[in-house]
Amino acid sequence: MKFGKLLAGAVLALGVGGAAYADGHEKTKVGFVYVGPVGDGGWTYEHDQGRLAVEAEFGDKVETVFVENVAEGPDSERVMTQMALDGADLIFTTSFGYMDPTNNVAAKFPDVKFEHATGYKRLHPNVSTYSARFYEGRAIQGHIAGNMTKSNIIGYIGSFPIPEVIRGINSAYIHAAKVNPDVEFKVIWVYTWFDPAKEADAAKVLIEQGADVVLQHTDSTAPQAAAQEAGNVVTFGQASDMGQYAPFPRVSSIIDDWAPYYIERTRAVMEGTWEQKDTWDGIGPGMVGIGEISDAVPADVKAEALALKTALADGSYHAFTGPLNKQDGSPFLAEGETADDGTLAGMNFYVEGIEGEIPQ
Amino acid sequence: MIRLEARPQPSQVMAYATPVLAVVLTMIFGGVLFAILGKDPIQAILTIFWEPIFGEFSFFYRPQLLIKGAPLVLIAIGLALGFRAGIWNIGAEGQYIVGAICGAGAGLAFYPTESVFIFPIMVAAGALGGWAWAMIPGVLKVKFGTNEILVSLMLVYVAEQLLASMSLGLLKNPEGFGFPGSRNLQQYPSAHNAELIANTGMHWGVVAALIAVIFAYVLLTRHRLGFAIRVTGEAPRAAKFGGVNPARLILFCLGMSGLLAGLAGMFEVAGPSGQISIDFNVGYGFTAIIVAFLGRLNPIGIVFAGLLMALTYIGGDIAQSQLGLPASAIQVFQGMLLFFLLALDVLANYRVRFGRAEVA
Repeated sequence: MKFGKLLAGAVLALGVGGAAYADGHEKTKVGFVYVGPVGDGGWTYEHDQGRLAVEAEFGDKVETVFVENVAEGPDSERVMTQMALDGADLIFTTSFGYMDPTNNVAAKFPDVKFEHATGYKRLHPNVSTYSARFYEGRAIQGHIAGNMTKSNIIGYIGSFPIPEVIRGINSAYIHAAKVNPDVEFKVIWVYTWFDPAKEADAAKVLIEQGADVVLQHTDSTAPQAAAQEAGNVVTFGQASDMGQYAPFPRVSSIIDDWAPYYIERTRAVMEGTWEQKDTWDGIGPGMVGIGEISDAVPADVKAEALALKTALADGSYHAFTGPLNKQDGSPFLAEGETADDGTLAGMNFYVEGIEGEIPQ
Repeated sequence: MIRLEARPQPSQVMAYATPVLAVVLTMIFGGVLFAILGKDPIQAILTIFWEPIFGEFSFFYRPQLLIKGAPLVLIAIGLALGFRAGIWNIGAEGQYIVGAICGAGAGLAFYPTESVFIFPIMVAAGALGGWAWAMIPGVLKVKFGTNEILVSLMLVYVAEQLLASMSLGLLKNPEGFGFPGSRNLQQYPSAHNAELIANTGMHWGVVAALIAVIFAYVLLTRHRLGFAIRVTGEAPRAAKFGGVNPARLILFCLGMSGLLAGLAGMFEVAGPSGQISIDFNVGYGFTAIIVAFLGRLNPIGIVFAGLLMALTYIGGDIAQSQLGLPASAIQVFQGMLLFFLLALDVLANYRVRFGRAEVA
């Protein structure tokens, strides 16, 4: 009797186990490598929201793992290898500096798919790259900023002088100068993506120099706090909505929404349809979101900004449309001409009107 | 009542026992911390300490221990020489950076020439760079009596700016589409500090670390200079009467620690890391201070301490990914290790007495 029960239990267990295998659907394991802490309230936070969206979408069919605060370089290479060894099917590496490590590890694990954010190297067929056209969001910010500033000085906290950031400065300036030709940009480079202390210092310096709008290309909310303290300074949320500072100083935001992409790519791996590609999506496909424009912005400016957003989303307007000159006065784009992706990807010059030099 | 009674001489037994005790206490309190976070403490500790050495994928992690541990040991050996003599070089991180810049710069100057002489030139340049950077606080201290702690620490931030400038300017990869960062030395055979035996993690930096350990051991136990270092640290007045020239000792200790840190940076940039980038340094220079003390400023002890720290980093990342432990919990865990070690130092110098103080 007792023996029979045991046996029955074993058969049942075997049956269940067999079914799981026969079905061919073990859990798909998706790894995420983060450069900052998941609680940064910006860049890494949004990637982690994407991870959670993948979990919510596929439930029991996926298992996600992540490692945060991973230094670029050999540490990231080790973490990626470890995830691959632990059976990850798909790994998202979410910082530019992971570019070479991602490709190195991908060479060793041809069956694992790798997705590298913001890079350009796809040396192996199992590496894809993806990024967002944040400069489209910058155009809207520039439009609002140019209208809101009274001192005509707009401060800009730059992280690193790389094309990604320079593109944002140019896009914001072009659209600010369009509505307010007297506008002047002051850029401070902090050489970090996330350092609340440095970001706060930069914001304070910009405010002391007369800036009453501060744009940031860094991920913490420290500049928002600094602006709130100053009282009359406008800011925009970066990477994440930073809605806790709305309606003022934060009047709008650029939100990175990785969820649709992460879900799509995870599904592709599950269905065996994953292929290498280079994705660069903007407002249209929803990778770049524009946070609620608060009531601190005059209604007509808000309406114009929303119209701009629609035009950028449906492709009827490009954020880099001529006539535009480079900073040194040489022609960049002729009347009506738009910048091609190659030029944008490697942008290492300011447009005419921005003062100061890009650090070399 | 518990009293502490000063020992006439520091206990030898305790000096060796306290590091082990500190590790055990860290495991216990770390386990409590992990339990509070809702993770199985035994499994967490096992993942951190056992998995990398004896786990399923130890074939991958063991070499990683060498890769992560070698720079720590190399830097800590140099620091220990100075610390023994009461000369506090806190800026090894800066010397590490400058060594890497000089080493990589020397190699890239020859690009794309292939020659067996390039790597030795890079080694010399890296050592020289680190030495020269450490000589700044050294000379300032000898000539003007400045505080080497402050000067060497401040020079770390200068070195970081230099690193950013090099990544964006002089050493920037001309084929990098305007992105910061040098060419990858892993793809330049003459300059690549490759593994000497495949998949062992054994590269020239590991060899250099071993040589440095032996050299330091002989110096401290067998050589007159080592004696001068020890006496200066333990009894500065006696050292002076004994004819030790403090200025020369300061220059030697700072120069040597700078040289070794520079070498560590050079081997790292030419090997595991591969390129000069803005975020090249990940704190080895600061972690090495912990390693030096954890190893009791003893060359052999430093080898174990370096490997132990490397283990907590590697195991910590595994625990993050497999168990979902937050990165900050791992940092607290590492912090505990140093805390307990320093706290337990009291046992080496004092005896614990129970009961009422005797009336003398």
